Amino acid sequence: MSAAIFPAPGTAAPAVPLPPPSSFFKRFCRNRTAMISAIILLLIVLTAIFAPYLAPHDPARSSLRNILKPPSAMYLLGSDDLGRDVLSRLIFASRLSLVASVQAVAIALALGLPLGLISGYAGGWADTVIMRCNDALMSFPALILAVVIVGLLGPSLTNAMTAIGLVYAPRIMRVVRGSTLSVREEVYIRAARALGCGDARIIAYHVLPNVTGPLVVQATVLMGQALLAEAGLSFLGLGTQPPQASWGAMLGTAFPYMAQSPVPTIASGLVISVTVLCFNLIGDGIRDSVGRMRRSGD
Amino acid sequence: MNTFRYITRRIISTVPMLVLVGLITFLLIHITPGDPAAVVAGENASLQAIEEARHRLGLDQPFLIQFWHWLWAVLHGDLGTSFTSGKPVTELIFDRLPITLSLTAGATLIGLLIAVPLGVFAATKRGSWLDRITIFGTSLGIAAPEFFIGLLLVLVVALEWGWLPATGYVPFAEDPVEWLARLTLPSVTLGLGVAAELARQVRGSMIDVLSRDYIQTARAKGLSTLSIIVKHGLKNAAIPVVTVLGLQVRRLLGGTVIVEQIFAMNGVGSLAVRAVFLRDLPVLLGVALTTAVVVLLVNLLVDMSYGYFDPKVRSA
Repeated sequence: MSAAIFPAPGTAAPAVPLPPPSSFFKRFCRNRTAMISAIILLLIVLTAIFAPYLAPHDPARSSLRNILKPPSAMYLLGSDDLGRDVLSRLIFASRLSLVASVQAVAIALALGLPLGLISGYAGGWADTVIMRCNDALMSFPALILAVVIVGLLGPSLTNAMTAIGLVYAPRIMRVVRGSTLSVREEVYIRAARALGCGDARIIAYHVLPNVTGPLVVQATVLMGQALLAEAGLSFLGLGTQPPQASWGAMLGTAFPYMAQSPVPTIASGLVISVTVLCFNLIGDGIRDSVGRMRRSGD
Repeated sequence: MNTFRYITRRIISTVPMLVLVGLITFLLIHITPGDPAAVVAGENASLQAIEEARHRLGLDQPFLIQFWHWLWAVLHGDLGTSFTSGKPVTELIFDRLPITLSLTAGATLIGLLIAVPLGVFAATKRGSWLDRITIFGTSLGIAAPEFFIGLLLVLVVALEWGWLPATGYVPFAEDPVEWLARLTLPSVTLGLGVAAELARQVRGSMIDVLSRDYIQTARAKGLSTLSIIVKHGLKNAAIPVVTVLGLQVRRLLGGTVIVEQIFAMNGVGSLAVRAVFLRDLPVLLGVALTTAVVVLLVNLLVDMSYGYFDPKVRSA
């Protein structure tokens, strides 16, 4: 047993490492988990785009004779408390859930990217001020801060996503700042400066392209986090407002009837979990693929 | 002496952070659309009544002076008065804080109880089926929203099997057994997410530590596997794990908002959610500030624990 636990030094890595594939895309494709996740996510996105053609019923049409029906040939995932088809509603809700996450991440990027670049590139007091505010902002539990901001602005999906974007901006900022700090010391930055490039040009053409790797990873993972946060807020009734529906809002409306009809609750929860899992695994895949490029480039 | 200085320095460095957190909370009031004076003056109040309310609340003074007054009041435990119930916000929050903190502590405990053995096993048996299940399970646990886990637990354990009560909270002083019974499901709900994040971290740092030379040395000395893992492995693997645990406490406090709602527990989270619908701003800001202070205190504890796990930190 102990032999398996404590391998002799040097046996952990294979003697001759496989040569890493040449491009990021090839490396990503070789990562089976990430590829499967990407395909599933693509299917979900396609479902959202082609929702009107895929949904078997009108998601808004309620039938009072068919309230809280169990799954059947007519309603594949049963019907909700107003007699609406759960499957059709899930298909249409994917639009709102995905767009909302994109909104939140876009807001986080719009705030976090410039601040992170300035903080990392300029250093000095600007960095200190931005980082301290960042740390203070990150002391608030994300969901509580989001709830409070929604409370201040009033419950609506736009406000909820603004709040989530604000709450997640510091994470983007941290990642961008960290990468900028290491890129700043590279020889090519000094070369660019020696050639007479201004700071703005150096940031836009030399720093930015070199921080995109970690940035894309973080943004992908945040997509999943934003989806979760939207689901949470909508579940509490602070996000998507009826008659619109997102996955989280559906979970929230199905929850009180869970004892009579558990399928809608389980279905919406599963859809959320699977989508978030896909985002996380794709993020992992991108990180691994970018990482190897880095190492081989050293 | 060294340890004492390390602790004092850490405590002092937390103070500016607390002020900044206060400033952000205070700024939140100012970005809010709408006029608090008009809200306090009530519906259909005359312009004069609104101005009077503004003066009474000190809202006609410069920003920094307002902040100073507010901070001074907060330091004296005065977070203002709830718009809707008329009670002091501090009282409302402190009445409910034990519920939320019990939940957070319970979830942390469950997280640790699952994550440490699982992570250590996975690290010592890399590539085994247990390791693979751990990796797969933790990915799932990280992705699944806590409310979904909670709903499934309510559905199966409480409604289907009837093993544990589904909802409500009973104070420990009233009935310890009932307190534990009511707290179990919500704590498991929150704890599973923590366990997933932690187990990954425990596995990662254990793998790293077990490959170090001093582990080889300890083995060469003839120490037992258990003693190596506990004394040399876990203590050295603890720092990244404790860091993640500290971050998890912040996430947990956020998660309580939803879990309290599912399990009908009247904690700080439900207080905040109700305050949103009632537009009760003092309560909202009080909750934001209180939870941030709890997070900062946990961070302080985490920092101090570094000094215990790695004595080098103390002299650095």
